[in-house]
Amino acid sequence: MNNIKIETINYNLYYGKFHALRDINIKIPEKKVTALIGPSGCGKSSFLRTFNRMNDLIPGASMTGDVLIDDQDLFKIDPVSLRQNVGMVFQKPNPFPKTIFDNIAYGPRVNGLKDHKKLEEIVENSLRSAALWDEVKDDLNKSGLALSGGQQQRLCIARALAVQPSVILMDEPAASLDPIATLKIEDLIHELSQNYTIVIVTHNMQQAGRVSDYTAFFYTDETRTGRLVEFDETKTIFTNPSDQRTEDYITGRFG
Amino acid sequence: MTTLMSEEATERDLKMRKSSQKFWFAATWIFGAITFSILLLVIGYVIIQGGKAVNWEFLSTAPKGGLSGEGGVSTTLGTTLYLVLLTIGISTPLGVGAAIYLIEYAGEQSLTSPVLRALISIANFAVETLAGIPSIIYGLFGYALFVSALRFGWSLLSASLAGACLVLPTIIRTTEEALLAVPDDYRRGSLALGATKWQTLYKVVLPASLPGIITGVILSVGRVISETAVFFVTLGGSHRLPTSIMDGGRTLALHLYYLAMDTRAFDKAMGTGAVLVVMIILINLAIDFVSRKLTAGLKGR
Repeated sequence: MNNIKIETINYNLYYGKFHALRDINIKIPEKKVTALIGPSGCGKSSFLRTFNRMNDLIPGASMTGDVLIDDQDLFKIDPVSLRQNVGMVFQKPNPFPKTIFDNIAYGPRVNGLKDHKKLEEIVENSLRSAALWDEVKDDLNKSGLALSGGQQQRLCIARALAVQPSVILMDEPAASLDPIATLKIEDLIHELSQNYTIVIVTHNMQQAGRVSDYTAFFYTDETRTGRLVEFDETKTIFTNPSDQRTEDYITGRFG
Repeated sequence: MTTLMSEEATERDLKMRKSSQKFWFAATWIFGAITFSILLLVIGYVIIQGGKAVNWEFLSTAPKGGLSGEGGVSTTLGTTLYLVLLTIGISTPLGVGAAIYLIEYAGEQSLTSPVLRALISIANFAVETLAGIPSIIYGLFGYALFVSALRFGWSLLSASLAGACLVLPTIIRTTEEALLAVPDDYRRGSLALGATKWQTLYKVVLPASLPGIITGVILSVGRVISETAVFFVTLGGSHRLPTSIMDGGRTLALHLYYLAMDTRAFDKAMGTGAVLVVMIILINLAIDFVSRKLTAGLKGR
């Protein structure tokens, strides 16, 4: 197995009295794509938000257990600096109502970078990494909202890359995109996994199969508490799962 | 295929429905036309009647004062301008700040403290209520507190403080609405990039809500220009241009009131009214222009 980037040990998540995730133990490998799959409401998005502490923003959320990132206690890291290391791409593209340049320069700027030369360099590199440079290089002063949905999502990926994170979380990044834009995002995810640890939540089985190296299957019963059923290499999960529920879900018998 | 009614009944019903729709369409058209004509009549009458009295001399000479009603409106224009600047200068930072607290911070803070939660709901209720209170009440309050208790006298200071109380609810409400209209996606996106809450507010949320906030401020400018009751009891009635914030004066609207009530110079009153109406029209055009311009800028058109 590869180096472990993120590890959770008996991790539990509560929203007020509601027990959202129970005893999650997982080791997410470095510079690989890990897909979180499972039926709606199984807590996979909540689990994803653990890694950049966006759950902290939800009133009443509390957690027990340990989450380690690079062997450090994640809950001891200040959320603001943690989020520089752990970027996030959301389900709906959410570029700011600013120019393309300012969208990408936003992260470096809030983290204190002022040097314009350096910002220009970061903007170009980030857009190149997000496979968007060629399409927008002449329009950097155009609003990010003027782009198409797929371009907006790649802009958001570029924006996340600009703060130079080592982990990128993606919450159904292609859910609102058409098939062609989706394909571009998937190619991009594949490309990015050479340099970044990627954790992606997806509802789309084929997508999980196409883009991920590892897959974690989450499941919930009538208690609505999410559990991790199985975690393995994606090809094992898809061809030879060890749990019946995983097989049922993957073959489309429910969910 | 089953039908609800016989063919004949269906046809009759359709005819009925069509004629009733025609009737109500005509009715709403007439209501609309009547409303529009009334508005046009008021504005048209004031501008046409008043327009005869308005010329450069009228705008550039000071009123003579006293009961004659002679002279122009120049000093009242100046006083109006001073009062607008002072009132907006006081109320905008207060109102925008209060709205930011209520929308962006109060929610999460009230979770931890029931006392704070109670205070915040009282504050919200107060803002709602204050917006609907007759303006003379603000005048009365301003007179009692600023003019007499604090001994500011009839002055720009007293009037602008009372005026600020008057427009605060408007500024708070429009700012609140503008902040609520900013999608949470922006806030989350910014926080996820390692921005602090304040950076998120300052760099993303406020710029995105700026058109709404500016609309509220310009609306308040219009309110100050057209307000009479509050300033009647706080600004005094001197026809001279105030030389300090402790000096009193009269705004255009107040001047109009004095002309109409105390003098026989009805033509001058109409002229002043016309100037006032044109100013308000210009302000509304400005709101339209600014919010359109800023919104287009945000959307990238």
